[in-house]
Amino acid sequence: MGEALPLNRQQEVARALGAFLPARAVLHEEEDTRPYECDGLTAYRQVPMVVALPETEEQVRRILKVCVAMNVPVVPRGAGTGLSGGALPPGDGVLLSMAKFMRVVRVDAIARVAVVQPGVRNAVISEVAAPYGLYYAPDPSSQIACTIGGNVSENSGGVHCLKYGLTVHNVLRVRGFTVDGEPIEVGSEAPDAAGLDLLALAIGSEGMLFVVTEVAVKLLPKPQCARVIMASFDDVEKAGDAVAAVIGAGIIPAGLEMMDKPATRAVEQFVAAGYDLDAAAILLCESDGTPAEVDDETARMEAVLKGAGAVRLAVSRDEAERLRFWSGRKAAFPAVGRISPDYYCMDGTIPRKRLGEVLNFIAEMEKKYALRCPNVFHAGDGNLHPLILFDASRPEELERTERFAAEVLEKCVAVGGTITGEHGVGVEKINQMCTQFRPDELELFHAVKRAFDPRGLLNPGKAVPTLARCAEYGRMRVHGGALPHPELERF
Amino acid sequence: MGEFEERIRFAAERAAPLRLRGGGSKDFYGNELRGEVLDTRGYRGIVDYEPSELVVTARCGTPLAEVEQALAERGQCLPFEPPHFGAATFGGCVASGLSGPRRAAAGALRDYVLGVKLIDGKGRLLQFGGQVMKNVAGYDVSRLAAGSLGTLGLITEASLKVLPRPATEVTLQLEMPQATALEKMNRWAGQPLAISATAWFDGVLSVRLSGATIAVQSAQRAVGGEEMADGASYWRALREQTHAFFSCPTLWRIAVPSVAPPLALAGAPFIEWGGGLRWMSSAAPAVEVRETAHRAGGHATLFRAADKSAGAFTPLEPVLMRLHGALKRAFDPVGIFNPGRLYPKL
Repeated sequence: MGEALPLNRQQEVARALGAFLPARAVLHEEEDTRPYECDGLTAYRQVPMVVALPETEEQVRRILKVCVAMNVPVVPRGAGTGLSGGALPPGDGVLLSMAKFMRVVRVDAIARVAVVQPGVRNAVISEVAAPYGLYYAPDPSSQIACTIGGNVSENSGGVHCLKYGLTVHNVLRVRGFTVDGEPIEVGSEAPDAAGLDLLALAIGSEGMLFVVTEVAVKLLPKPQCARVIMASFDDVEKAGDAVAAVIGAGIIPAGLEMMDKPATRAVEQFVAAGYDLDAAAILLCESDGTPAEVDDETARMEAVLKGAGAVRLAVSRDEAERLRFWSGRKAAFPAVGRISPDYYCMDGTIPRKRLGEVLNFIAEMEKKYALRCPNVFHAGDGNLHPLILFDASRPEELERTERFAAEVLEKCVAVGGTITGEHGVGVEKINQMCTQFRPDELELFHAVKRAFDPRGLLNPGKAVPTLARCAEYGRMRVHGGALPHPELERF
Repeated sequence: MGEFEERIRFAAERAAPLRLRGGGSKDFYGNELRGEVLDTRGYRGIVDYEPSELVVTARCGTPLAEVEQALAERGQCLPFEPPHFGAATFGGCVASGLSGPRRAAAGALRDYVLGVKLIDGKGRLLQFGGQVMKNVAGYDVSRLAAGSLGTLGLITEASLKVLPRPATEVTLQLEMPQATALEKMNRWAGQPLAISATAWFDGVLSVRLSGATIAVQSAQRAVGGEEMADGASYWRALREQTHAFFSCPTLWRIAVPSVAPPLALAGAPFIEWGGGLRWMSSAAPAVEVRETAHRAGGHATLFRAADKSAGAFTPLEPVLMRLHGALKRAFDPVGIFNPGRLYPKL
């Protein structure tokens, strides 16, 4: 009798999960796991060792127990639309897909709360709330595809968050399991849950602290009507000043977006949104509320925009035109995808007053790296999405693009902003974390992580770099002879 | 500032508790106060305020009134209407995490926190978040620090989002019983009405409308009732708890889902936040109050009382308590900051 061959790691893990999951919920053949090799950031790919597709909370709990017992990393994933590689799978671990958690548990129209499973798509929440005149406010551009679980992980925003807030402002409670499989619930449908604000800590934690299996969100009354003004400017800085003027006049627009000429030109070929192609930049400035409020606010917005030097104003005359004005903004990324083989989207946020300086810096970088970079911009909250156009099939162009992006993100930090406003750090911006934070701060982040996940099994290696990684990155990026983190040992 | 760091390092070496304190206006809040006082009031001043950025940054010892005055001069405000309860400081306001009448409409203090500078238990000055509206780099330590009652570190500086002051405010009063008031408040909150605060007490529902004049006028038609001559002072008395109701010896702050029916507890409630906050002056045992709150889906804080042996805050589930302990050790390994103020052994 010959001895059975020792099972390899992949088979061992798949077998342990198969003990309580149906066969279709445990994938390990490459043809099945390959579709999970990346999220919306396709430059990074890794086929997961095993994919698990649980349907119940009990299955999630048992998967986590198995992973801890076998010391296997676990990466939770929603729809995989993330733009920073937060759901990049572990080659030696389990990709935990929450895609089957698609149930709307309850909609309470009087309490204005929807309780949903994490695999429910963002747009579905507003759809199920619509019969009650309610909606879920955060509206990332990917809202027809992205899930609320992913939104919680990334603290997603959207084009209306200046007035209505981000995910963190619109989620009341989340339930899930710690990595050890213990049930955990943070936040509350009553205001101000007792103790430390673990809900705020969980939102935007990129799946590093615990696994979410249920989310209670706040629903808001749907504004009766909305109208958008398209304002043209002959100079980008003037458009930036106009944003400050609107807010300075005491107006908080429902949406306030900017696009520069290269962006409007790319978009116009794609969707014919009716943009002014002669303008150096356009602003989309939206008012919502009752018809009387919108009349009143739109008139005030028009006066301020004219005063700030708008050369042309177009006000949406009906809902169809309003949606057409927005269609261009919402289609900016795919439109850019049509004029360039590849593009790289940045997500820095800056104080609005530094906009002119940062846009000039980006223009210099376009020359330095010989790459084009149209800009779309959540102007109201200072969140920039410059899109670097490149061709990955050309040698070194991706690498040049990444250096371009790194310089822009570091500029964002230098002017008092941040490297990521809403897309998350993931794997993509992990080096820039070394620029934004000092070693003591990174060390505290690691301590926070250890408080929840002492073995470091949940989404390891994402979001927060090790100090050793920063030291290495610093060594590669010496500027003017000044080494960042001189106190650390070098390799 | 260097002084704070030195003092904290010195205390940490000797495991000597520090009681972080601004104006002392919230000394009554939370559990017992222990340790040598570290007074923040010498470290004051608004660091940065540009109205068009909608952000104010100030040092912890700055009087809260000074910050609000600076905002008012530029037609802006802290939308969550923090209570002062005396000579409050900006740092104390953030650390206590309390919000006032506008909470249900505008959000809580934590919703407006953009960034903090904080000295941890090792005496290290750390910075989290920043001055921008959208920032997802790193864990949201700023919001974790808000409302932590100084248990994680000394907040030396904070940046808060601010908003324009409403152009018009009107307060309406309507007579109705509690259950009807709860139903009305919840119904109205689901409609696009410019309601910025609600309160029910002793058979009278008060509703404040705030916003553009035209929005206030249309909401006034929808809500009805009598217009109050001096609404502003009514809401101030509520925010600062100078209203006669709050002079009771034992004051419970019971947070429940806004739709929870009237609580079956002896004593008259004072209701705020669209039904989400029920102040009670109840002589019932703490266990009974907490059990009632729990059954309603909420929790009860012993807000003001001579005897807080029942614990100021609702006890946490074991898994949450363990995480609280682990986070406390991450920020304050020796346990010097306001020990016991939030929970015993924390």
